[in-house]
Amino acid sequence: MPGAAGTKLEVDSLSFFYGKTRALKDVTFNIPERRITAIIGPSGCGKTTLLRVFNRMYDLVPGARAQGTVLMDGNDIVTTTKLLDLRQKVGMVFQRPSPFPMSIRDNVAFGPRLLGWNKTRVKELVRSSLEAAALWDEVSDRLDEPATSLSGGQQQRLVIARCLAVSPEVILMDEPCSALDPVATLKIEDLMVQLARDYTIVIVTHNMQQAARVSDFTAFMLMNPEGRHGELIEFAPTADLFNAPRDPRTEAYITGRFG
Amino acid sequence: MAAAVDRIRRPASIPRPPDRYRSLIAVVSWAAPAALILIVGVLFQQAWPSVTRFGLGFFIGSEWNQVTDHFAALPFIFGTVVTSAIALAFALPVGIAVAVLLAEPGAQGVRGALGTGIELLAAIPSVVYGIWALYVLAPWTLLHIEIPITDHFGSIPFLGGIPRQTSLFTAALVLAVMILPTLSAVSRDVIRAVPRGLRESTFALGATWWETTWKVVLPAARAGLFGATVLALGRALAETVAVAMVIGNRPEIPSSIFSPGYTLAAVIANEFAEATGDVYQGALVELGLVLILVTLTVNVLALLLVRSASARPAV
Repeated sequence: MPGAAGTKLEVDSLSFFYGKTRALKDVTFNIPERRITAIIGPSGCGKTTLLRVFNRMYDLVPGARAQGTVLMDGNDIVTTTKLLDLRQKVGMVFQRPSPFPMSIRDNVAFGPRLLGWNKTRVKELVRSSLEAAALWDEVSDRLDEPATSLSGGQQQRLVIARCLAVSPEVILMDEPCSALDPVATLKIEDLMVQLARDYTIVIVTHNMQQAARVSDFTAFMLMNPEGRHGELIEFAPTADLFNAPRDPRTEAYITGRFG
Repeated sequence: MAAAVDRIRRPASIPRPPDRYRSLIAVVSWAAPAALILIVGVLFQQAWPSVTRFGLGFFIGSEWNQVTDHFAALPFIFGTVVTSAIALAFALPVGIAVAVLLAEPGAQGVRGALGTGIELLAAIPSVVYGIWALYVLAPWTLLHIEIPITDHFGSIPFLGGIPRQTSLFTAALVLAVMILPTLSAVSRDVIRAVPRGLRESTFALGATWWETTWKVVLPAARAGLFGATVLALGRALAETVAVAMVIGNRPEIPSSIFSPGYTLAAVIANEFAEATGDVYQGALVELGLVLILVTLTVNVLALLLVRSASARPAV
């Protein structure tokens, strides 16, 4: 399963604040390269906040601030000023499918065009990204139709294709299946496993079965009852975390005793 | 088994509200169209002497002569449409820019002050706008906009002639200020309604703030922004007092936007009280009908435009 893997993201004593409210405290773990890492935990434990540090999405929130370091290939994400480069390397898929109000083709070509890549390359990328997102066969004959005409599951795969088109290294997924039906969910999960051959994937999910099904490593987070901030309780290969949790709180959560 | 399937298939019947309630709703909802028809009917009756006398010539003639009892609507239609169009051309970019800024999360202080300021513009009565325009805006416009433009670009049609303080252009500027609150307030709400995920996804692809706003947020809000524009245009077309005070009140089609003109609403307000004779009065009422026709046409055109835009495949 997990096997030997290099480290893609090194999270070191990361704390996070919304204004004066602390949302995360001292999170430290390493996210391995070309593997799927799941972040699980009950609502309000800071999973999504942690995910949004990795592409500095929190910069959009006034007063939000991170402390500590997150190294990607040796460069600190928390202090970098090259946000656009960072976001090209670290793509993100959101909970609700968010196709742009334009054609299927233009959706996928959006990122490459922002980067000013030439037309031939963009054209190739539209096809290869849609193929990689397992959507090409379904849309190849209607690339110029509005993206909103697709079903929810197709839209989410389109968003993944759009994300792949700028050649990212890491893909963050924030509960990518929670708005989808079971069949569409399975398709996305298959796709994630495929993509993990080439990309480092970090997925936040409410769904423990999903984490158990697709991920190689799992991080379990919980809200500290005194400080009301999220912390990392346990990080381990998925099989170990689910079969032999070291922390009693992890065991309580995965056996469904709370959360 | 079959019964179970039936139960699943048959839609649950929606209970009908009690009948008295239904008829009340029907009366209330038909009141609006009925009022419109009644108003148009009364206007037609009042305008009849003019309608029978001038026929369709009323729409194409440009003479407005109380002495000879010759009346026609074209100069007023021209003035109304041109002032509103210019006003929109000025107000639209400013209004959308303000709306984008107001819809932006963050920068709370600036946003509050700016938002309140713009909304207060809507609280100023139009007669006060008229006074301000007459004493402040008109002289300033003449000196700093009209004279320089006629000097340098006078050879371009509609930009030449002898500039005046009271002109189509001055009226259009006042209108631009007056429709700005409507435009920016409605646009702000429309832009705020764009799903957050759409904005975030765009940023997550490495887009700048400008690219996000211009390429995704505004296109996503397009239909609503169009609605805001139509609403503002409606206000501009019907505005009366402020325009009457600065447009110069001359019933002719001017050769320049810097010359005096007249609008439908302004002439009705100015001349109705002293209109003598059935034909004169009828002509003014007919101008009212024309004004309704103009605003209706604009609204229908706008509706068709929105429909065709949303039916286009690549949207």
